[in-house]
Amino acid sequence: MGMTMTQKILADHASLDHVEAGQLIEADLDLVLGNDITSPVAIKEMDKMKVNGVFDKDKIALVPDHFVPNKDIKSAEHCKCVREFAIKNKITNYFEVGKMGIEHALLPEQGLTVAGDVIIGADSHTCTYGALGAFSTGVGSTDMAAGMATGKAWFKVPSAIRFNITGKPSKYVSGKDVILHIIGMIGVDGALYRSMEFTGDGIKNLSMDDRFTIANMAIEAGGKNGIFPVDDLTVEYMKEHSTRKYKIFEADPDAVYDEEYTIDLGKLEPTVAFPHLPENTKTIGETGEVKIDQVVIGSCTNGRIDDMRIAAEILKDRKVAEGVRCIIIPATQSIYLQCIKEGLSEIFINAGCVVSTPTCGPCLGGYMGVLAAGERCVSTTNRNFVGRMGHVDSEVYLSSPAVAAASAITGYIFDPRKI
Amino acid sequence: MENARGTVFKYGDNVDTDVIIPARYLNSSDPNELSTHCMEDIDKEFVSKVKKGDIIVAGKNFGCGSSREHAPISIKASGVSCVIAETFARIFYRNSINIGMPIIECPEASKEIEQGDDVEIDFNTGIIKDITKGTTYQGQSFPEFMQKIIDAGGLVNYINEK
Repeated sequence: MGMTMTQKILADHASLDHVEAGQLIEADLDLVLGNDITSPVAIKEMDKMKVNGVFDKDKIALVPDHFVPNKDIKSAEHCKCVREFAIKNKITNYFEVGKMGIEHALLPEQGLTVAGDVIIGADSHTCTYGALGAFSTGVGSTDMAAGMATGKAWFKVPSAIRFNITGKPSKYVSGKDVILHIIGMIGVDGALYRSMEFTGDGIKNLSMDDRFTIANMAIEAGGKNGIFPVDDLTVEYMKEHSTRKYKIFEADPDAVYDEEYTIDLGKLEPTVAFPHLPENTKTIGETGEVKIDQVVIGSCTNGRIDDMRIAAEILKDRKVAEGVRCIIIPATQSIYLQCIKEGLSEIFINAGCVVSTPTCGPCLGGYMGVLAAGERCVSTTNRNFVGRMGHVDSEVYLSSPAVAAASAITGYIFDPRKI
Repeated sequence: MENARGTVFKYGDNVDTDVIIPARYLNSSDPNELSTHCMEDIDKEFVSKVKKGDIIVAGKNFGCGSSREHAPISIKASGVSCVIAETFARIFYRNSINIGMPIIECPEASKEIEQGDDVEIDFNTGIIKDITKGTTYQGQSFPEFMQKIIDAGGLVNYINEK
């Protein structure tokens, strides 16, 4: 029986010729990632292990990004703990404030993730790197600790769902609309324990940033990972960002999938997920009149340069509606600088938006845009659970940057094509 | 492993890690402090009512969302002896095993057991007894490898013993 793309990468890293769904394996890791929330717990766990330091100082990435620049004293203590650990263990890829970015935008940009890698990260959105043709998945702090100590992790080999992507998206339909459409279709546990493998000739019509957004939200369908085949665009991206050697894996022609879906990009509409689950999707024509108080454009899902450019295109020479706060967060320092160079920051500020240094901040209700009771936010982030962005009686509507920018201007959830 | 026995707190589908332990408390990693906010955004009374040994029973996809180990840590530190669900989100499932917090998948028990029932779990056999209702259920057993991690009391001890 043939193997899926994910299974082939896992077999390779477990030094096995063949693996099957359900098999328990131990795989070698190319990168272990942690942030300021999860690393302190991992560091505490690693202290209890009878090991002498980390397995490889070059294969660990520590990115304080959730509550930095430090939002309060306790967060400062967490960051201090991570910083001291990084210094003590001579971690090559520790990213201090000023160099840091939101981890899942930062690592590909820094060339730390390439096709064929096996990556674990103590952050659920670690699945993002599947856009490059890597196997990457979110784990908890104890797995991170074990990964840092041993360079290995145990996995149950997943079965897969195949999404055959065809067609070309129309104006203002982006990767976010694709993944929201999929989650709306299969549900928040529709891919539980399984891989989401994307294939098809429509993929060439998706930019790398679109693919990062799609792979990023595989976890919101319960997926273990989301993965794209490597094409010319992927290779070009890796050559531009990385000096590391990559390895291209392809699914066997006779690989077995649990389910298969075909998605015609040309038929997709801008899509919004209503509170309080990412599966509660409606197309923009079905949303009705939803008045909003805040817009957030950023996060590991949609804080990349494509996202900033689309938001700026819509916000140019326009003003944020009276009574609406619009918070824009470029995901890395490099994207932030690019926004300045291209004049996007000026467009945002002239429109009445706030432009922030990179941080996960409001996405998880940390700071930089926490909601009060009864408030509604259109956000390009990834979760709209109860209380996710603040008060338990606040509401988050997930959308693309185009819908978010259009909504900021009108004060209602709005179709960007009608601006 | 000793049997668990306690009173049931019952919840629905898709209980996410943001309601188990809201991110506003993630500036701490102290288990006892985290336990004082456990389930706060879904059940404000949980913290004041939960007793050592009590059991959480929920629907499908329990623990979906963030990878924060703080979620199972806060549940364990609040005294809960086991979580029974129809299914678990995969990162929560891994984290629970890795920190040595017992969890069992059992669709029938997840559907039929109700809030306040007195329930006993035999971890050696996977048998769940609802003493209030007089019913029994067979929970799914763990693969041998995971059972070894659980028996060692978590992944850290397992690696240390290896």
